[in-house]
Amino acid sequence: MEIAFYLSALVAILSTFRVITHTDAVHALLYLIVSLLAIAMVFFALGAPFAAALEIIVYAGAIMVLFVFVIMMLNVGQESIERERRWLRPGIWTGPAILAAILLVVLAIALWGGGSLGGISGDTLQATEVGIRLFGPYLLMVELASFLLLAALVAAVHVGRDEERQIEPDRTMNEPAQRGPDND
Amino acid sequence: MSWLTPDVLVPIVLAILKALVILLCAVLGGAILTVVERRLLGLWQDRYGPNRVGPFGSMQLIADMLKIFFKEDWVPHFADRKLFSLAPVIAFSSLLLSFMIIPVTPNWGVADMNIGILFFFAMAGVNVYAVLFAGYASANKYALLGAMRASAQTLSYEVFMGLSVMGCVALAGSFEMRDIVNAQEGFWFVIPQFFGFCTFLVAGVAVTHRHPFDQPEAEQELADGYHIEYSSMKFGLFFIGEYVGVVLISALIATLFFGGWHGPWLPGIVWFLLKTGLFVMLFVLLRASIPRPRYDRVMQFGWKFCLPLTLINLLVTGALILLNAPASS
Repeated sequence: MEIAFYLSALVAILSTFRVITHTDAVHALLYLIVSLLAIAMVFFALGAPFAAALEIIVYAGAIMVLFVFVIMMLNVGQESIERERRWLRPGIWTGPAILAAILLVVLAIALWGGGSLGGISGDTLQATEVGIRLFGPYLLMVELASFLLLAALVAAVHVGRDEERQIEPDRTMNEPAQRGPDND
Repeated sequence: MSWLTPDVLVPIVLAILKALVILLCAVLGGAILTVVERRLLGLWQDRYGPNRVGPFGSMQLIADMLKIFFKEDWVPHFADRKLFSLAPVIAFSSLLLSFMIIPVTPNWGVADMNIGILFFFAMAGVNVYAVLFAGYASANKYALLGAMRASAQTLSYEVFMGLSVMGCVALAGSFEMRDIVNAQEGFWFVIPQFFGFCTFLVAGVAVTHRHPFDQPEAEQELADGYHIEYSSMKFGLFFIGEYVGVVLISALIATLFFGGWHGPWLPGIVWFLLKTGLFVMLFVLLRASIPRPRYDRVMQFGWKFCLPLTLINLLVTGALILLNAPASS
């Protein structure tokens, strides 16, 4: 399984690199999808198939679809490719890249010296164990996450509500909404 | 190479052969279905259907294949070439891969993964990109509109597609398809999970873009939607991929709700094929008999009716399992 881990990790890093350097937005998103699939493979190789399946279903299957959807609607053309190319000039990214490289070195030293981290054992974590953990010790986290989602849902309904025209769903677009004197 | 003894090699070769047979059956089933569907549509709509090539039109499939192979494979000059070629590959392969998890008989099947049914949902999620990329890469207004409809519809229906199966998963106590089939030894899950079955069927029809949920390719409004610019074998891949999806959803319904290979008298494989064939015919009958609804009603039906129904179904199933469970502290 270690070969699978390193191969898919390599694919993830390379495709994420292409996400940043590609100038065409839709092609960059395609690389991001490949990157997410590779990360799912990393989870598989580490013995967490449940997390891998959820990674693909939630990130690749739902969230990225909305990203591609929005990019398609925006209908980006040649000028956005030119703009991307201008943003990718070395003067813009060298500073942050050096700072991030320092952090990477620190991380590598910490991981090398730590020693307490386990290797790839080859054990497979069952979905039931994940569920028992989630609804046992981490129950509060699940509740908080559901609060957050509920708040997002309420906000989306509020933003999406059309208060100007309260058209009933069965009325077609052709006949205008009836407006009485008390209906405004 | 000392570990390459016959004891090790024979099971590996057998497993590969079984997988190849299942793969061929899936692809050929999808291909034959293109003709069988037209004949059945003809039967149910009181007309002949394709009956000229060979006895009773049985050679129609070969004629269609020859035609589609020898057509010019044309890529429009305004299209995004890479994405344009990638889209049909995703459309065909993602659903075909899902056949991996279906247990055909007690000792036939490709893979028994412990995430089982989740693998199918992952592949169905990836399948959306085929339509999205096809619509975007074609650089055509109709294709773009079709792709947008398709992705919105598929996302909406996949939400409760996953939830509708969770009742079966809870009853069987496992995501693995083989465990789910084994748990249906006494009674099929369609009895306790009737609403789960109904919503899964609706979602399955919607996810494969079959009539009456074929809004993405509605030919009157969108002139075939996302695959309007495709020709030759690229179109063929979309076309066969749709029928592979139909066979896949039928096999999943047979496995999840109708006991897979379980059944009296006949051997398991016959029961599995009979049940799958029955649901394939149901797909065709739906197309033959139901008109296409308006797009906003399709979305409302999904979000306002099916999603609450699956949530209530899941809650009641969970409550009943807890009530029947042996008391333990």
